[in-house]
Amino acid sequence: MAASSSFLSTASLSNPKSTISFASSVSPAPIPSLRRVVFRSPSSHRRVTTVRSKIREIFMPALSSTMTEGKIVSWIKTEGEKLAKGESVVVVESDKADMDVETFYDGYLAAIVVGEGETAPVGAAIGLLAETEAEIEEAKNKAASKPSSSAVVPSPPPATSSPAPAAAASDGPRKTVATPHAKKLAKQHKVDIGSVAGTGPFGRITASDVEAAAGIAPTVTPPPPPPSPAAAPAPTAKATTTSSPPLLPDASIVPFTAVQSAVSKNMIESLSVPTFRVGYPVNTAALDALYEKVKPKGVTMTALLAKAAGMALAQHPVVNASCKDGKSFSYNSNINVAVAVAINGGLITPVLQDADKLDLYLLSQKWKELVGKARSKQLQPHEYNSGTFTLSNLGMFGVDRFDAILPPGQGAIMAVGASKPTVVADKDGFFSVKNKMLVNVTADHRIVYGADLAAFLQTFAKIVENPDSLTL
Amino acid sequence: MQSAFSLSFSQSSLTLPNRPLCSSNASPRNLRREAFGFSPSKQLTSCRFQVKSRRIEVSAAAGGNGAPSNKSFDYDLVIIGAGVGGHGAALHAVEKGLKTAIIEGDVVGGTCVNRGCVPSKALLAVSGRMRELQNEHHMKSFGLQVSAAGYDRQGVADHANNLATKIRNNLTNSMKALGVDILTGFGSVLGPQKVKYGKDNIITAKDIIIATGSVPFVPKGIEVDGKTVITSDHALKLESVPDWIAIVGSGYIGLEFSDVYTALGSEVTFIEALDQLMPGFDPEISKLAQRVLINPRKIDYHTGVFASKITPAKDGRPVMIELIDAKTKEPKDTLEVDAALIATGRAPFTNGLGLENINVATQRGFIPVDERMRVIDGNGKLVPNLYCIGDANGKLMLAHAASAQGISVVEQVTGRDHVLNHLTIPAACFTHPEISMVGLTEPQAREKAEKEGFKVSIAKTSFKANTKALAENEGEGLAKMIYRPDNGEILGVHIFGLHAADLIHEASNAIALGTRIQDIKLAVHAHPTLSEVVDELFKAAKVESPASTTPQSVKATV
Repeated sequence: MAASSSFLSTASLSNPKSTISFASSVSPAPIPSLRRVVFRSPSSHRRVTTVRSKIREIFMPALSSTMTEGKIVSWIKTEGEKLAKGESVVVVESDKADMDVETFYDGYLAAIVVGEGETAPVGAAIGLLAETEAEIEEAKNKAASKPSSSAVVPSPPPATSSPAPAAAASDGPRKTVATPHAKKLAKQHKVDIGSVAGTGPFGRITASDVEAAAGIAPTVTPPPPPPSPAAAPAPTAKATTTSSPPLLPDASIVPFTAVQSAVSKNMIESLSVPTFRVGYPVNTAALDALYEKVKPKGVTMTALLAKAAGMALAQHPVVNASCKDGKSFSYNSNINVAVAVAINGGLITPVLQDADKLDLYLLSQKWKELVGKARSKQLQPHEYNSGTFTLSNLGMFGVDRFDAILPPGQGAIMAVGASKPTVVADKDGFFSVKNKMLVNVTADHRIVYGADLAAFLQTFAKIVENPDSLTL
Repeated sequence: MQSAFSLSFSQSSLTLPNRPLCSSNASPRNLRREAFGFSPSKQLTSCRFQVKSRRIEVSAAAGGNGAPSNKSFDYDLVIIGAGVGGHGAALHAVEKGLKTAIIEGDVVGGTCVNRGCVPSKALLAVSGRMRELQNEHHMKSFGLQVSAAGYDRQGVADHANNLATKIRNNLTNSMKALGVDILTGFGSVLGPQKVKYGKDNIITAKDIIIATGSVPFVPKGIEVDGKTVITSDHALKLESVPDWIAIVGSGYIGLEFSDVYTALGSEVTFIEALDQLMPGFDPEISKLAQRVLINPRKIDYHTGVFASKITPAKDGRPVMIELIDAKTKEPKDTLEVDAALIATGRAPFTNGLGLENINVATQRGFIPVDERMRVIDGNGKLVPNLYCIGDANGKLMLAHAASAQGISVVEQVTGRDHVLNHLTIPAACFTHPEISMVGLTEPQAREKAEKEGFKVSIAKTSFKANTKALAENEGEGLAKMIYRPDNGEILGVHIFGLHAADLIHEASNAIALGTRIQDIKLAVHAHPTLSEVVDELFKAAKVESPASTTPQSVKATV
């Protein structure tokens, strides 16, 4: 069990398809399309049984093997412009050079999600491509309705209607004056500059005013200024009540890294999915024996578990399904088992594609390769965001049971605890000591019901307890 | 190596006029260069040696600055204005054996040394370091930890002032050492070959060079108080660092000051009359520069507008700037800022020069000259023995251009016709990172190509591909060369990146010497250095002609 997660939560990192999920509402087909348009990056091998979506996402391509994020240099096409297959659409700056990125499809550039000068991780949606002119508006609405979540900058809470202490101070139709930095921050944090009260010289809006309105701590943390009552024209009680509890002295504020922001965003998003959990003890004597046998051939426990889960999923497709919009769900034609691993202090979910079909040895090889790529940050987007089911294993830490948070866009996640010698009584009343492993599955109750999950777990347990089929 | 030594020695001694000098210079380095058989070899070396021998003669004679070659004049050459242009001309004149005087009404060094390039470089040196130290990410990527960087405004200002003083003294001493007479007082032209300086000192000279330079240009409607509405003259003293400063004009001066001010914590608003920032730069370079120098910094901008009225801060009001549309002249906006820097360019300083005495009419203040810097009078005729160099003629308002023009004039008056090719003069903007250029921009080259019927190609390389730049964590940058694919002529080179200002000279020298890409691309650059960026450009170019068999330098020295 080489590499697995040390995190209780197992959201997949920056999973774009979970952040932009408009496709299904475009086509009433029950199965929404997953991403299709990948510019200049090897497109996903998955095929999805679905009506093809008419609005496609344009993804941040991986322009080099070392690229993890890219900056939009400029959009060559403007919103609403017609695109022909092969035309350059956007210039992306990677860690190596600037490159023109072309479209693989005809259509219209419907919406720009990530603007010029902004940065997005590889695989994140940066724009929307509509097939027909009629769909441009629709796509625009979709784009507008979602925060540019793919940008590295974590989208802050919307500007809460800020108190208006300045209203009394600056009466009359005085125009708002905001400093260049304040304007930039307002744009970045999507704060309406008109709603911010300026406390700077001559009542101008300064960067700290915008930061206060956006509810974020100032970027620079100078020694905490003494709360001077004279500073604000009319300090209100509300200002203090809305602010978070004061930090303990000497506490340091550390802004989220890109990975942490992505995880945080996914975690918040996961709260909108109604989940439930079902646990199941699995006897691992046979699995352990098999593991000892195949270990010299390079097979890892992760591969064994992924294979077992894959085979079980094949018999219970509903557990491998996903629900995007709450109105329909899609049966995914491939069984792609994402496995959560902690790497370099981050959390990522490399995906074992077709876990049910690949043989154990190939699967082990694939896994080794993925972990290597993950360590060197060379995972291609389809290698970490195409999972249909997630496996998280904390057994190697001695954890006997835990439950995992369901990553948005997937139907279920399996949390595997340690296999421990347990005293069990059989139906004849004889005691014996068996190695038991507690498996706990979290699932989206909109599509997977208790009985489904129970049946799936039963199948999984059967496979693990009679693991010969794993090596077939 | 041994055989190469003797061979090259005998060869070079053949071409050299001065044998002992040659042998003393036949250092192993020179020999090694010849042994490798590189094109800039024998002829060029010999040429350099000749210059050297001349220098030695000059310094021997320098004590007395000679005597005027024509007894009827006080001087062979009088230069009005001791800026960088006048200084360059004076040094070259003495070298050529001319009895030379230079008239200065203010301080030696002119704008460049006292109120321009020199002190601004001191401020930019500070801003570069501040920027680096403040960039936590940058420092972390080196594994360095720096606690909050701060600065002392007066200390920064002193550095700039000290540098100006030091360079001014150097300049003065270099002229004194050569025996150039430094005459104090405002100079004016009394008539042909006659100059007045100070109250009533009159001298005669065979030739006169006007090198009076320029002053900051302040458009009408703008009230400069020197405190909150300032020009570069005031800004370089760094008497304050405003929280928010508007910079009118986004050319070299404005850009450099935006770099200084934002590094020191100010926020900046650019006001640019043209439709885009950084006019005058190659569009591709200015686009990239904007991405690096403007967008991520605390800078915003208004383009296509004039600042029609700027009122200094007073009576508890901030600086007020009224903006009007550059085309329709309709009021567009009013800005309230803490200070405004007027960087709208420079106006020639030609008032009181007595130009009316010789029937010369200035054009917008500039003194009209021909390609040899000879002054043209109101009737379109050349004024004999009168030249004008530098900002006062407005051909190319750069310190080193003025100096080059001055040297060109001295060459002419000492009997060697010389026309300065302004397309070989490099220019640089010392932001972080720097911008530099020589020759034509891409649109200019394409226009020329269309007119003259040749093809233009572009070679580009990124600093991200340069080892040294990456070692410095400064991979942001682009170098671009515009050239003729048919004959390998370099039309223009534009660089944006770490030390771009130092990198441009390989290109400007190649253009000046007529070196073609197919030849220079064979020259070797030390690895790993930033100069490989330029090397990369040469190597990336696709030229149809083969490398020449004879060294290019032969052609160039003729």
